[in-house]
This record gives sequence, C-alpha cells and structure tokens, in this order.
Amino acid sequence: MSAPDTVLSVAISIGLVALGIAFLLTVYRVIKGPTLPDRVVALDMLVGIVIGFIGVIAIRTGFTLYIDIAISLGLVGFLATVAFARFILARGGDGSSEAAPAPAEAAASGSKTASKTAGRAGGRAKAKSASLAARKGRKA
Amino acid sequence: MDMLLALATAGLILSGSAFALIAAIGINRLPDIYTRMHAASKAGTVGSGLMLLAVGVHSGDLATLARALAGFFFFILTAPVSAHLLAKAAHQVGYSLSPRSVCDEMSEHEKRI
Repeated sequence: MSAPDTVLSVAISIGLVALGIAFLLTVYRVIKGPTLPDRVVALDMLVGIVIGFIGVIAIRTGFTLYIDIAISLGLVGFLATVAFARFILARGGDGSSEAAPAPAEAAASGSKTASKTAGRAGGRAKAKSASLAARKGRKA
Repeated sequence: MDMLLALATAGLILSGSAFALIAAIGINRLPDIYTRMHAASKAGTVGSGLMLLAVGVHSGDLATLARALAGFFFFILTAPVSAHLLAKAAHQVGYSLSPRSVCDEMSEHEKRI
C-alpha cells in the first residue's frame, strides 16, 4: 500500500467513527427531544450526517455517482423540514408546549405581580388563538 | 502530486466529520430549540458540505467537482431558509425560550401587532 492510500484510509476510518458517534448522539436527541421542533431539528441534522456518510463511502468505493444521491437526499431533507415547519404552524401550541402550563402555575401562587403577568400572558395567548381561528376561518 | 491530493482529501474528511461531531454535541448540550437550531443548521451544514467537497477533490474530475460544488452551494442556500421557517413557526406557536435567555425581541414585536 502506497503512502497516499494509507493517509486516505486512516482519514476515512477516523471520519467514519466520528460520523457514527455524531449519528448516535443525534438519534438520542430525536428520541429524547422534549418538544416536536427539537425532533424536527434533530432529523434535519440527521440528514446532514447521512450526506457526510455518503461522501465518505463515495471516496472509499470510488463511485462518484453517490454525489447525485447526496444532492437529492439534501433536497428531500429540505422539503421535509419546510413541511414540518408548516405542520407545527398549523397544529398550534397544544400538547407538549411548555408555554401553556406556566400562566396557571403563576396564577395559583397568588402573588399580585404574578397574577398580573399571568393575565397578560393569558390575554396574549387568547389573542393569538383568536387570530389563528380567524385565519382558519378565512382559509375555509 | 498524489500525496498532495490525498492530504487535501484527508483534511477535508477530518474537518467535515469534526464539524458534524461538534454539531451533534451542541444539539445535545444546548438548552432550548432555538440554540439547538443554531448548532444543527450551521455546523451540520458545513460538515456535510465539506464531505461533498472532499469527494469532488478526490475524484480529480471537473464534472464531479462541479456537481460537488453545486451540492455545497445548494446546502448553504437551503439550510438558513429551513431553519428560519422552523424557528418562526415554533416561536409563533409559543414554544418558550430557555429561562437563561437574556432578551426576546420577537415577542415584543408580536405584542405590538
């Protein structure tokens, strides 16, 4: 084995190990992620790491056709993220959003300033949901 | 000449995988969606882009290099668009910032509307 081949194979091995660790860390975030946007961000990142894997495998095997696969995977990942963003916008802030239970807790504590801020936050949430409903009505 | 090409490819592979690893660490360590997005969409994009560039440099073929560069620019153009859409949707729906955040100018803007 000549010297350039040795350099390249060592770099490929290190790169594959680093990408594998990065992949596992990102999968951990997808599983654990407390909210839906966290998971979407992690999935977007996962697409990027897989593109890196495809690049390393293309260098290792010598098939440069893999580049086209990587580009189309990037396109699919971009469209998926945009679709998820639209879905989050359409679904609204129910379910796992941490913003919802906070005003109730503040109101329960009974302090004057806390109830004032809770009222303001509740009013804002109400206005937001009203505007969302109005937009839905216009669409329908 | 062969050695130079191999060294350039090896450097691109190593830096690309290092960027991907740093982005993965950042996505686990940072406190809320918006800061995690900052790790994933900058370091992650550069990581995958450098890998594509490594393929283009290694092949030594102009057509392959041009395709790799096109892919790199495509990723650089689409990553901020998707991150901005996602962050705007999450903020509009009401996913809160981490309590450690210093200021949220967007919420004051939304209040004024």
